[in-house]
Amino acid sequence: MVDQSEAQAIAIPAQPAPARASTFSWAWIGVTPFLAFAVLFLIAPTLFLIVGAFQDAQGHFTLANLADLAQPSIVRAYRISLEISITSAILGAIFGSLIAAAAVLNGLPGWLRPTLLTFSGVASQFAGVPLAFAFLATLGRTGLVTYLLNTYLGFNLYSTGFNLLSFWGLTITYLYFQIPLMILIMTPALDGLKREWREASAILGASTWQYWRYVALPVLWPSLLGATLLLFANAFGAVATAYALTGSSLNIVTILLFAQIRGDVLHNANLGYALAFGMILITGVSNGAYIWLRSRGERWLK
Amino acid sequence: MKFLELEGIQKVYGPNTVVQDFNLSVDKGEFVTFLGPSGCGKTTTLRMIAGFEIPSAGAIRINGKDVTNLKPNQRQIGMVFQAYALFPNMTVADNVAFGLKVAGQSSEAIRKRVGEMLDVIKLPQFGDRYPYQLSGGQQQRVALARALAIKPQVLLLDEPLSALDAKIRLSLREEIRSLQRSLGITTIFVTHDQEEALSMSDRIVVMNEGRVEQIGAPFEVYNFPRTRFVASFVGTLNILRGKVVDGASGRITIDDQQVIAGRSMGNLQNGEVRSVALRPESVTLNGAGEKRNAMQGIIEEVSFLGAVVRMRVRFRDNAISLDTFNNPGAPPPERGAPVTVSFQPEDLLVLEGETH
Amino acid sequence: MKSSKVGPWLAIILGALYFIVPLIATFEFSLRMKRGQYSFEAYRIVLADPQFRATFLFSTIVALAAIVVGALLVVPTAYWVQLRLRRLRPLIEFITLLPLVIPAIVIVFGYIRMYNSSSILPLTSTAAGTNVLLTIGYVTLALPYMYRAVDTGLRAIDVRVLTEAAQSLGAGWGRILFRVIFPNVRVAVLSGAFLTFAIVIGEFTLASLLNRPAFGPYLQLMGANRAYEPSALAIIAFAVTWACMGLIQLVGRGARGATPVR
Repeated sequence: MVDQSEAQAIAIPAQPAPARASTFSWAWIGVTPFLAFAVLFLIAPTLFLIVGAFQDAQGHFTLANLADLAQPSIVRAYRISLEISITSAILGAIFGSLIAAAAVLNGLPGWLRPTLLTFSGVASQFAGVPLAFAFLATLGRTGLVTYLLNTYLGFNLYSTGFNLLSFWGLTITYLYFQIPLMILIMTPALDGLKREWREASAILGASTWQYWRYVALPVLWPSLLGATLLLFANAFGAVATAYALTGSSLNIVTILLFAQIRGDVLHNANLGYALAFGMILITGVSNGAYIWLRSRGERWLK
Repeated sequence: MKFLELEGIQKVYGPNTVVQDFNLSVDKGEFVTFLGPSGCGKTTTLRMIAGFEIPSAGAIRINGKDVTNLKPNQRQIGMVFQAYALFPNMTVADNVAFGLKVAGQSSEAIRKRVGEMLDVIKLPQFGDRYPYQLSGGQQQRVALARALAIKPQVLLLDEPLSALDAKIRLSLREEIRSLQRSLGITTIFVTHDQEEALSMSDRIVVMNEGRVEQIGAPFEVYNFPRTRFVASFVGTLNILRGKVVDGASGRITIDDQQVIAGRSMGNLQNGEVRSVALRPESVTLNGAGEKRNAMQGIIEEVSFLGAVVRMRVRFRDNAISLDTFNNPGAPPPERGAPVTVSFQPEDLLVLEGETH
Repeated sequence: MKSSKVGPWLAIILGALYFIVPLIATFEFSLRMKRGQYSFEAYRIVLADPQFRATFLFSTIVALAAIVVGALLVVPTAYWVQLRLRRLRPLIEFITLLPLVIPAIVIVFGYIRMYNSSSILPLTSTAAGTNVLLTIGYVTLALPYMYRAVDTGLRAIDVRVLTEAAQSLGAGWGRILFRVIFPNVRVAVLSGAFLTFAIVIGEFTLASLLNRPAFGPYLQLMGANRAYEPSALAIIAFAVTWACMGLIQLVGRGARGATPVR
């Protein structure tokens, strides 16, 4: 076997090399395939785009691409993307946490919790094109809920200015995977709240509100923050749902980038790089902010 | 009037009665231990005093005031939990301050009180540390300080030493007791460890299957157990089978060797077979002293434990363990050696009939 | 005590409504193909569509390839990190989380520009090469889930003791990995595998931008051109996802029953 002989080579360091240095380098060989994969297919492509964002078509350094991002249609695309991502992340975080808390903390029947978790597992992965179909069938112009509201309650959803192919339509659709994702992340975090903390705070005279204010929320805060950030990145990078739902009629940044990759709609290949760089910057900065907030506020964490 | 009173307390979960007819009066400043195996209802009773559980029947009074249905945060009770239960997001000082803060005390008063408490638990330098930076013993002392900071009427300790190393357990045991004495605070301590119960308590409540088996001072509970359960749960015990020869004088035979039982639970009928109990430490080897019961047996097992040598002596069907102190001048007998063991009649207790 | 349960129940019920109503609506819609009656006509048409079969088969094969590559990449790495390079764990974990932070569309954009016909590694110039790139892309997308599953699985067993025991019996590294470590994290790998499958099977962005005949672009195409079939497809996709999640639970439960408790 090839891997066996190769592996034995790992186990027996080459003789002439000094022992210490060789054990060090040989141990690293074990993770080389993974690191090579990560560099080739994760880091290098990303860096390639970042570098491209600062180059013109001839490969000279320029800030023109970034300056071009300031054109109104692109700025608007970023803004709508950010609005949808932030709104769906925050709403998803709130509703997801509330549902998880309801299932975990109060004495609801035992079957509820595994059911909820399994369903959340499914729903959090049920994104993309099929999700768009489901919401078209629900809240589209001929969707069931639209129809029922109109027929039985005389309420014409679309006369209120609602449109599934809009900010709120997309946000409601995104919540279908955002809320379950939040439930999946927050359930173990809520399990980590020890019953004794609640009891200790009660016996020390604290009200339920004081318990949440001073103990439970601060303890949950890192998980809440991290999960919300994940939800944000999740929505910010989503393409398929929006594309299947709206075609390219809704101007969000991923759809703009999608169209740019498909055919050079911006008439400048390197502007596409800048567009991607902007996205990396936004998710990168939000992650940096998260790490900074955690290191600053959570000295009690090991 | 007693300071803490539990009257006819009962707790029922569905078909299970967890605590049954529990009556107890505790004096101000008294240290009372609930002792029993897990599931005996001791923790449930403690949680009813704390207010985490509401009794199905009965009343709890603290200092004459009925608190049976009061919420935990209105009872002014201090409690220490088995797993410390310090708030991980707060420093030691903030933990100790928590009860004072939610009570709305001024920050000046809080700082003063926290300082006092940290001095009391001998961790004055640890105010800025977080719980994860402390050892288990230190965490439990902080938990104690946090419970005492609010000057509670009653202190509840729920197996506070179980999670600690043997050595720390011993020193903290003494620390808790001396602190409790100096503050004169009425304390209920829950444990399954009979040694803790015996060494710390003013009185012990021995519980089994939701019932109180016996209430008494450690000396009383150990030496004069009132039920078979108490006899076997508190301390180690040899249980032998004996046949009653003459109930009136307490004469019984164990493996055909006649001895006198000085104490008995219930009447003895001639000819009946009963269990008899004998503590290992009341048995002497080879008739040292003038003990009136003597039996012949063979050494079956010798374990050298250091200060104590524990031996097992077999008669025929029965065998007993006995402890002797280590004596460098006299090595313990070999296995298989014939020996005489002796003990006083009052150390031999006939237990109540099996049917109970 | 009773009144405090109203809020939680309300949250659960509202949540359940929000999640179940679209499924009902989609299902109802998918049955409406024949005028004036409910029928499974849309499903019949979809399932009989050769395009459906071809694209579903293609995505299944890519998913399986991604699972195999992912497992071969992740298990030895996680194992080695656990055994020898514990101080590298933060770095490896950081890398595995990157795909959650860098949007998939950015990653695939990078692939298209980096591995095009004029590069040193011109993967996109042939169909086979593009398929490889698509598989790799899916390995990347599934990396966070696969790594977490396997790492958790490895933490549950004592890697060092198992390795030393195998070594003392004379096993080489290959044998240790494939005969000792893999079987012991089988459940974790399977969970990761089903999750990968659920992610990959209907994936649109990568497949569409790399121009592969996969199930995701087919779905999108149907959505743009048909009325009732998309609903039927959504229900089918939901069923597939549900099956994957159900299988994860199933293998997890089976393993808990089978492996001795330590």
